[in-house]
Order: sequence, then C-alpha cells, then structure tokens
Amino acid sequence: MKPFIYKAPGSMQEAIATVEPEGAGGQGGAFLAGGTTILDLMKLNVVAPPSLTDIGKLGLDDIEQNGDEIRVGARVTMAEAAEHPAFRERAPVLSQALWKAASPQLRNVATLAGNVLQRTRCPHFRDNISPCNKRAPGSGCAAQGGVNRNLAVLGTSIHCIANYPGDWANALILFDAVVETQLPGGGREIPFDGLHLPPEDHPERETALKDNELIVAFRLTLPEWARRSLYLKVRDRASYAFALTSAAVALDMDGETVREARVAIGGAATVPWRAKSVESYLAGKLLDEKVAMEAGRLAFEGAQGYERNRFKIPLGQRTVARALLEAAALELSKKGES
Amino acid sequence: MTPTENTTPAREAPDEMVRTRITINGTEHSLVVDPRTTVLDLLREDLDLTGTKVGCNHGQCGACTVLLDGVRVNSCFVLAAAADGKSVVTIEGLAGANGELHPMQAAFIDEDGFQCGYCTPGQILSAIGCVKEGHAGSDEEIREYMSGNLCRCAAYKGIVEAVKRARDETLKREVEGA
Repeated sequence: MKPFIYKAPGSMQEAIATVEPEGAGGQGGAFLAGGTTILDLMKLNVVAPPSLTDIGKLGLDDIEQNGDEIRVGARVTMAEAAEHPAFRERAPVLSQALWKAASPQLRNVATLAGNVLQRTRCPHFRDNISPCNKRAPGSGCAAQGGVNRNLAVLGTSIHCIANYPGDWANALILFDAVVETQLPGGGREIPFDGLHLPPEDHPERETALKDNELIVAFRLTLPEWARRSLYLKVRDRASYAFALTSAAVALDMDGETVREARVAIGGAATVPWRAKSVESYLAGKLLDEKVAMEAGRLAFEGAQGYERNRFKIPLGQRTVARALLEAAALELSKKGES
Repeated sequence: MTPTENTTPAREAPDEMVRTRITINGTEHSLVVDPRTTVLDLLREDLDLTGTKVGCNHGQCGACTVLLDGVRVNSCFVLAAAADGKSVVTIEGLAGANGELHPMQAAFIDEDGFQCGYCTPGQILSAIGCVKEGHAGSDEEIREYMSGNLCRCAAYKGIVEAVKRARDETLKREVEGA
C-alpha cells in the first residue's frame, strides 16, 4: 500500500474542506467510511489516494422513519439496515439485498453509502496490469477478450464491460430514492437512478458525485405494497458470493393481476439497472409463467454477451421470471402482525 | 490494567504518523502508527498477539476476525487509526484468568470444529459474533451467518455443531467486550 495521510475531522464542513479533491499526482484524496472497498483496492495499488478523510466522527448513522418516508444515514452499516424493521418488514427486498451480500464481518463495518459506491470486481480492473479504461483511461479494455465470465451484458460500451457488483442499489432503485449530499457550497439532492453513470466513452467516471461531494443520506418512499417484494440472487455458491444475476422485484397485486410492478436487475449490468419496460409490460397483466418469462425476455432486450458471460442472458431472464412468480406467491402476514 | 506505551517514536508524532488508543483484551494501548497499519498488523507485528491469523488480507477468508466494540469484523480491513477509542477482543482474550476456555473454544474441541487450526481463531470469534447477533437459530442459519469464514480443511460440519453446542452458554457469558 502506498503511504497516505490519515485525517479524522470532527465536522462535515472540515471533512469536505480537507478531502483534497485534487490531491497529489492527479489522484485525489478520498473519504473513508467502512473501508472494505477502498482498503482492498489500496492494498492492490489499484487506487493510491494521497490522503484518507475518515468520516467516522460525523454521525450520519440514523434510520428515521416517518410513515412511508424513510431517511437512512450514509454511515448506517449494511448489517444494521438489514435487521431494521423499516426494511425487513416494510420492504423485504431492501433487507434481503443486504444480508445476501458480502459476509457478516464485512456487513458489520461496510456502510450503505460505501456499498452503493462499491467498485467493480472486473479482474482486469483489479489486476493493475491489464489495459483498463476505468483504471487507466485510454489504455483499452482487456475484459472484452479476456476473463469476462462475471461481467456485464447490459449497459456496456466498446470501452468497458465491467459490471456493477453491488446488490442493495438494485433494490433501492425500485423506490425512486433520492441521494442527499454535501458539497463545499452546501447540500444538493441527486435522484438515485442518476447517481451511477454507464461507461459510455468515459468508464473512469462512475458516478455523478464530484470529488469532494459526500453522500449524507438516502431518502425513499415505501408504498404499503412493498411488503410484497424480494431479492433473488443467483451465484456460484449458496452464500458469500457476488451475483451472477439477480432480480429485485416489488409487486402490487390485485388477486393474480399486477396493478404495478417494479423490477431491477443485478449482476449483469454496468450500473444498477431498473427495467422500466418490464414494469410497463406487467401492469394490468395476469401474472402467470408465460407472462413472467416474457418479462424476463424484455428485461434483457438489447443485452450483449461476450465469450464467457453469454450464459447470463438466459439465466438473467429466468431469474427475473422466477423472482416475479415467487413474489406473486408470497403469503403476506396481515397488517399489524408485522 | 496498566496502560502501555509502545516503544516506537516516543517523541511528538510526525505528520504522517497517527496516534491511536485501542483497548485490546482489556488492556489500553496508546500507540503511534503508520496510517497504513491495520488492526491485524498491529496485533501481530507490534503487540505479538499472533493468535489472529493472516489469511487473504483482503476481507475474503475471515481468518483475521476479531471483535471490535463487541462486533465481529475482519481486522485486515480496519485501520488502527480508525479504531481509535475502540476495544478489540482477540482469541487470546477469550479464556478466563485461570486458563478456563471460553465455551466456544471448548465446543470447537469437543465437536472437532477444526483440523489444521489456521482458520480456527477467526472461526471462534466469528461464532461468538454469530451467536450474539442472534443468527445461530438453526443449522441453515448458522451456515449462512458463518459463511464469511472459510475452512480449507472443510471442518464445516463440526463448526456448525460447535456453534450450536456453545450457543446458550455464550449468550449467558459476560466476557468484557465479548
């Protein structure tokens, strides 16, 4: 690991003023939350920030619930959020996407904001040697002819096929969440579905955040019917693995007919991927196996597979279909019991 | 217990060094560390507490698991600087003053929860965390919530049995910080 300066300021203003966005050698300083991504990448020398500004003294660790409105602090850990009734009971998809991710030890320190900003697991990004437009802009993309089994089939560009590896963001995107941030000039709000940027011509730009912009909280509204939601994660082993494909679904059902559906895909796209075409298709439909399979097909329309990851297209289609059918079949406890 | 002062720079800490105070197995340590030092490095290299093992050093295997303020974490991913003011419990801190094993340690022996032993300190600390978190309710739940600790000897069956055996006594037990 390259040397860095460690700072642990006691206030938000101080933290934002000291993060050194320009940094030395063009690589800016970084905020440190749980550290499970950035320390990993620093040990690999994939990133080498000249300074780390620890936000551990800034609080930002409350979950506030006001009716359907939930505001969750950036530093709430994955473990805390996974266990919180606001998620576990009101929107199980938001709890499951957390406890099905990483390991208990990682979830005890990893924060929600850090989790949302988790970097790709593309082996060519992480090996610090291969051409990689994300790590070394303009150097090329070794993944397209390389080790791409885990990489994306949706939202790719000729410059990058790195997948977004997280789970929770795929659930959060269902609920029109808003990201509250802090900048030197004050705060602003970013719609969650505009936070992550697809690679296009600039894979090195991953989010809409400025270098010295700090996520403070996420705000979301949970409809009553979000109780009928789940996160289906398909992986190489039963626990503690990244998704090959996953589906986050929430259904508002009238008997066997869909009033409203929300669907997102994980493991297979370059950014958290809400499938709005699928949602429109499902509205008003009688949800049977045929309709679910068609929803899966639509979700992967335009997908492009590469040598080792083509399997993700049929697998992802079936993941979406199964998630929809399982969500429709959920036996929900009556209000008041949960 | 008496606080200890480490022997490296006794003078004013230079800019790039960081002062941190960490309570480890009940003893408070006031230390001056290179910011790159993880809690795992600190335990093994500076304090000779080599019971906590280095596996992958990347948060993937769980061999370095310790309790930080009573919660299980991978010590390879926690900077010593960021642990300022916190307490750490390692495998060396579990046995009683008279050498009596923690119920989880005893259960790992009784249930053959290990073979080579390398992952075992991390497994035991993780198992205590798993019980305290309330996730040791069934075999299935134990397997899910112990999945952050890999055992290449594959002693998993014995590990599940050990967690079950020690569950109730672990909950009852009052170990400082554990």
